[in-house]
Amino acid sequence: MREKILTIIEKNSKVDLKELAIILGEEEIDVANEIRAMEEEGIICGYHTLIDWEKTSIEKVSALIEVRVTPQRGQGFDSIAERIYKYPEVNSVYLLSGGYDLLVTLEGKTLKEVASFVSDKLSTLDTVLSTATHFILKKYKDHGTIMAKKYEDTRLKMTP
Amino acid sequence: MRNPLSDKIIEVKPSGIRKFFDIVSEMKDAISLGVGEPDFDTPWHIRDEGIYALEKGRTFYTSNAGLKELREEIRKYIERKQGISYDPMKEIMVTVGGSEAIDVALRCMLNPGDEVIIPEPCYVSYVPCTKMADGVPVIINLKNENRFRLTPEELLDAITEKTKVLILAFPNNPTGAIMEKEDLEAIARIIIEKDIFVISDEIYSELSYAGDHVSIASLPGMKERTIMINGFSKAFAMTGWRLGYACGPEMILKQMIKLHQFAIMCAPTTSQYAAVEALKNGEEDVAMMREAYNQRRRYLLHAFEEMGLPCFEPGGAFYVFPCIKEFGLTSEEFALEFLQKEKVAVVPGTAFGDCGEGFLRISYAYSLEDLKLAIGRLARFVENLRAGKE
Repeated sequence: MREKILTIIEKNSKVDLKELAIILGEEEIDVANEIRAMEEEGIICGYHTLIDWEKTSIEKVSALIEVRVTPQRGQGFDSIAERIYKYPEVNSVYLLSGGYDLLVTLEGKTLKEVASFVSDKLSTLDTVLSTATHFILKKYKDHGTIMAKKYEDTRLKMTP
Repeated sequence: MRNPLSDKIIEVKPSGIRKFFDIVSEMKDAISLGVGEPDFDTPWHIRDEGIYALEKGRTFYTSNAGLKELREEIRKYIERKQGISYDPMKEIMVTVGGSEAIDVALRCMLNPGDEVIIPEPCYVSYVPCTKMADGVPVIINLKNENRFRLTPEELLDAITEKTKVLILAFPNNPTGAIMEKEDLEAIARIIIEKDIFVISDEIYSELSYAGDHVSIASLPGMKERTIMINGFSKAFAMTGWRLGYACGPEMILKQMIKLHQFAIMCAPTTSQYAAVEALKNGEEDVAMMREAYNQRRRYLLHAFEEMGLPCFEPGGAFYVFPCIKEFGLTSEEFALEFLQKEKVAVVPGTAFGDCGEGFLRISYAYSLEDLKLAIGRLARFVENLRAGKE
């Protein structure tokens, strides 16, 4: 049941509890308990909204920053990651395999704001060796959702 | 000028949904629950293989029976799913959709006057194809109280000296009914005893919600007298690719391939390459779609229950077949009024046979959002009808 619940609410966190129970063929109370349990266990970490900011008049700049760091004895990458993710403007921090260590995404109001975060805060951390900042020009698809197009039903309206 | 037409084709009635199709097509803002094909796009990796085949210049005929590689994949797939072993060189052919396979099978098996037993409600092509093949359709009216399954008694009643073929189509369009193993066993005994053949249209086999689909061809003594028809349209959301297949005894398949060779040459090459990918790597997509359909099915059954609209629980396909007899309207009247008042299109049960009277076919090849909207309107419509009657 867990996997099915998660598959559905990953796409639609607004789904009505009663409806969720109906389509899964389960009792409402069981579904509610399962969701609560998963919240407590930290499996469900939040209920976010996917927004295409480009369609609003609000200006936002998003960036991906590749960060190379020196891992610290006994703590590996965890403590440097923590220092970075504590900044509220940082959206996500991933530890990666490959050419660099951490991938940091963040959002700012302007290019300048992002740039100054990188130069003033990120680059000046002791363990940071280098950074490379990429600004996002356009989001085609995010969280499995295609931003550009709306679904259009092109089937014949009635077929046997 | 002489009459250019054959008497046979004149006798064939036009499809029962034609009239509704025309009305719905005119109505711009109508929601339709009348579609008989998946709402999913063909999974991208399958489309990608089709594109790749075109890029590579695979634009020529394949062998008449279909790409060897595809027939081999079909063999493996059927062995895996049904436990039946067909020889891919002699007992499997690739067709232009399941529809062609039905037509070709009937034309290769019937002599003038041979009777074909067709349980209704059913897909619209069996009766016309039988008539065009000089066969005589013998209709069995399946019953709601039997959950639209074919019972041995009904079959026995329909069999005569002239009976040659039984068409079995489960999971069923339009009812969503399935036949489970025990149901099929009871039927198979009679088929063997009376020495008749089966054309088993299993196009919805992957959309079974109460355990795995069982093919009648998997029962002892049945493989040699069954043409099993399946295809890619419903399972892999590939309707527009026009690709199906037939499996059966070499003696019949040989003739079917001969006719197919003269009439069609071969199934579309691009589609055949895409289908190889579907069978090799499409299992997860099928499971994902089946789960989505199943969720919608549960939603609809629950909604009908709340509305007090009687509907047996369908075990397959993507249709529900609720009963509307309480309103004193024919299926067509109900569907027409519903369309005009609430702008939702459903197909009257009579489009699939006379015994569909008093029922509607509602397709759930739609997103839950669309279904909710349409079913909300159905609830209002039903409520108004009931209020009007008091």
